[in-house]
Amino acid sequence: MNRYPLWKYVVIGVALVLGLLYTVPTFFGTTQAVQVSAAKATVKVEADVQDKIAQTLKAQNIPYTGLYFEKTAQGLGTVKVRVNGVDAQAKVKEVLNTALNPDANAPTYTLAYSTVSAAPDWMGALGAKPVSLGLDLRGGVHFLLEVKMSEAVQKKLDAMQTGFVSSLKDKKITPTATEKSGEQIVLSFDTPAMMEQARALISSDQAALSYVIEPTGNQLKIGLTEQAVVEVKNQAIKQNIEILHNRVNAMGASEPIVQQQGFDRIVVELPGESDPARAKSLIGRTATLEVRLEETSNPLNGIEFDMAASEGGSKALLKKQVVITGDAFAQARGEMGQEGRPQVSVGLKSESGKIMRQTTHDNIGKKMGIVMYEQQPDGKSRGEVISLATIQGEFGDSFQITGATSLQDAEDLALLLRSGALAAPMTITQESTVGPSLGEENIQKGLKSLVYGFAAVSIFMVIYYRVFGIFSVLALGVNLLLLVGILAAIGVTMTLPGIAAVALTLGMAIDSNVLINERIREELRNGQPPAMAMHLGYERAFATILDSNITTLIAGVALLIFGSGPIRGFAIVHCFGIVTSMFSAVFVARGFSNLWYGRRQRLQSISIGQIWRGADAHQNIPVINPSSDTNQAEK
Amino acid sequence: MEFFRFKRDIGFMKHALIFNAISLITFFFAVFFLFSKGLHFSIEFTGGTLVEVKYSQPANLEGIRTSLEGIGYKDAQVQNFGATDKVLIRVPLKKDVSSEAQTQQVMNTLQAAAPDVQLQRNEYVGPQIGQELATNGLMALLFVSIGIVIYLSFRFEWKFALAGILANLHDVVIILGFFAFFQWEFSLSVLAAILAILGYSVNESVVIFDRIREVFRDNRTRNMTVPQVMNHAITSTMSRTIITHGMTETMVISMFLFGGPTLHYFALALTIGIVFGIYSSVFVAAALAMWFGVSRKDLELSADDLALRNADRRDPNFGAQV
Repeated sequence: MNRYPLWKYVVIGVALVLGLLYTVPTFFGTTQAVQVSAAKATVKVEADVQDKIAQTLKAQNIPYTGLYFEKTAQGLGTVKVRVNGVDAQAKVKEVLNTALNPDANAPTYTLAYSTVSAAPDWMGALGAKPVSLGLDLRGGVHFLLEVKMSEAVQKKLDAMQTGFVSSLKDKKITPTATEKSGEQIVLSFDTPAMMEQARALISSDQAALSYVIEPTGNQLKIGLTEQAVVEVKNQAIKQNIEILHNRVNAMGASEPIVQQQGFDRIVVELPGESDPARAKSLIGRTATLEVRLEETSNPLNGIEFDMAASEGGSKALLKKQVVITGDAFAQARGEMGQEGRPQVSVGLKSESGKIMRQTTHDNIGKKMGIVMYEQQPDGKSRGEVISLATIQGEFGDSFQITGATSLQDAEDLALLLRSGALAAPMTITQESTVGPSLGEENIQKGLKSLVYGFAAVSIFMVIYYRVFGIFSVLALGVNLLLLVGILAAIGVTMTLPGIAAVALTLGMAIDSNVLINERIREELRNGQPPAMAMHLGYERAFATILDSNITTLIAGVALLIFGSGPIRGFAIVHCFGIVTSMFSAVFVARGFSNLWYGRRQRLQSISIGQIWRGADAHQNIPVINPSSDTNQAEK
Repeated sequence: MEFFRFKRDIGFMKHALIFNAISLITFFFAVFFLFSKGLHFSIEFTGGTLVEVKYSQPANLEGIRTSLEGIGYKDAQVQNFGATDKVLIRVPLKKDVSSEAQTQQVMNTLQAAAPDVQLQRNEYVGPQIGQELATNGLMALLFVSIGIVIYLSFRFEWKFALAGILANLHDVVIILGFFAFFQWEFSLSVLAAILAILGYSVNESVVIFDRIREVFRDNRTRNMTVPQVMNHAITSTMSRTIITHGMTETMVISMFLFGGPTLHYFALALTIGIVFGIYSSVFVAAALAMWFGVSRKDLELSADDLALRNADRRDPNFGAQV
């Protein structure tokens, strides 16, 4: 009855191996590395950069211990060079900087100090990485930005308003007054008849489905449908995140995090950065776009711009005069065109659309370029042509840019067009900076409390429950292994409250084993033979263990749902800990005891500490025998 | 080795009235201090700027206070943080002054007095965040309470569910009472500790309720009265209760001793929670269930179940239709 079928041992074995595999890299920790990423949004880091780096370092005879190409969640590539020691790190950074950035004033790539897993490469290849550390453990800057959503909606309404007015004027239905009240545009006309005409015109608009039109007398009130408002807001936060992302990447931060939190907030985390003022100025910087015509006749009337690498990389001569600027772009989308060719579909705000119509009407067959200015780390702006295309015909506020070589290309260009300006202003609502020395100190303190706590619990369990105490401690060790392994494998960020949660979870997890061991003792006291006592102890304690873990899990889930920041870190670890402790305390601990005692033919005694049987102990307590043998059938 | 050698069941229920009275008095004291003194919320809840600095020698707190008063921060809080050379300064929100400027002001003032001062950590929380955190905290508490009541009524019976949650919510109020009385800082991690302990203490009640049900359902206990059944259940789980909580508390003490100032109040909240968790589960929850009139009938098996008498009721698949 105390035997496991082979597959159960196999399950335990596999869990142990996986646990070890994913936990071990955490103990190897991280080592120094140099990170290479794109300095501008127009440059893409692909695997070929890795080859270039390898060649450069080889040619100069500089040793390195590993070279890794990674893609971030946003699809941006980085290459990391693993080196031994801080000196080598500085050397590699310097050498690569000169090799990769021929023009020091306009760097193509950003080089930053970073860290990579120190574990053997084959572990990394299997996805086993050290657990990632939160800012409180490694130091860095954290910002919580709040996007002013109402402004995004107002911007949209502004654009709609100018659009309506100009299209009405075209049809000679000039409103006597236009104003905004709240989230509505109010157009006033001379007569109700004119209002009706205007209404008919606006209702035939392409985007009319997203309008709510209320005619009253000679006034027309136009608002956005709830759905459209939600869309505007979603679009705004997405765009802001994209822009922040580009900026953070451009500043060469190592492993930055830019994430939406809740409905209207964005978290920016820059590990290793210790100067919040510098970080803020970089996040606050703006990229701007301009559309200019190509200058073909007189070089003196034009400005020479660099072409982006994706556009061939040479130079382009564009007119000094600017046609439209970046805030004219209402939307841009990379897509497959009708002929199956990739293209960027662009929507302009209607006022700019009119300028565009005039310009294209006069310049069919000529080339038009889009210039992007990005603020450089030195504070200067430098323009670069991200698209140069021939005007095929007259167009207004919506047009397509073809000529992209792939859909990816088109999508990249669309991203650049969109990222011209923030969709809505942002304010910093929370900010924290943790110095690197404090982070190191926090790790030491967290680990110390974990190790000493674990040791104290182990010593007591072994003294009190003897061999069963050893099983319990082993199970607790397995629990720790699995928990750390899972956290590392799924990429949970470890924080100080997270370490506290690990310690607390272990302290609570031992409860299951205490329940089982006490139950076995009780069965022995009630006169059960050892093998039966073991069997019943595990069986009977299970229902209680399940109940008690579920109530703890309810609390954990609540923390996960309602918690933010440090609480979430705590809650995630807590919830996973409950699951792993169920597995290890019930399944694995039983595996150990079955392996040890189950194979013996006639079990005379088991070592679970002294069982006290007083002469008149529990006089009035009935002995509860197993009511059936159903469970014993498995032997 | 065995610590607990109970010759006969301890008559917990005989003294139930006294225990409940003690609980009630502690509870009212806690509520009184919560209202009279209030909680000392961290800047996570109140909003404000926090600056942690490190000196090369033990810091002169009085000097820091005076120099901060000099630049208009009369209500700045200055205290040592874990060590005498580390100082934590909290400055309330000020209109028209950005957090960055506030930090800079504070640092400039401190540097003027002692050039060796180093900025260790800096935190700023805007005013609206705090409000939200407080709301979310209360929501979490509500969610946990309702979740546990639903689970317990499903697994046991509403009388147990109500008794369990009342007993454990009274723990929560008592922990809050301690924080109010001693004016310990109530931060997000303390809130996490309180919620975790709520789930954990309910555990304790569940173990005892489980045993009460088991004893009730056993045929050979027919002649035992309700208080006897409860006494028996509590006595027979006593050893486990003490050892389990002792183990968890060992971990918590380790955090308290070695975890540094960040985990200080977290561990403190857990400790109070664990101690009162035992008390409320052993002395309060079962007694409450008894006052609510739990009887053998409530937990008796239905006719269908009786037909399955020979099956093992503790089988997790018990009652499943094949």
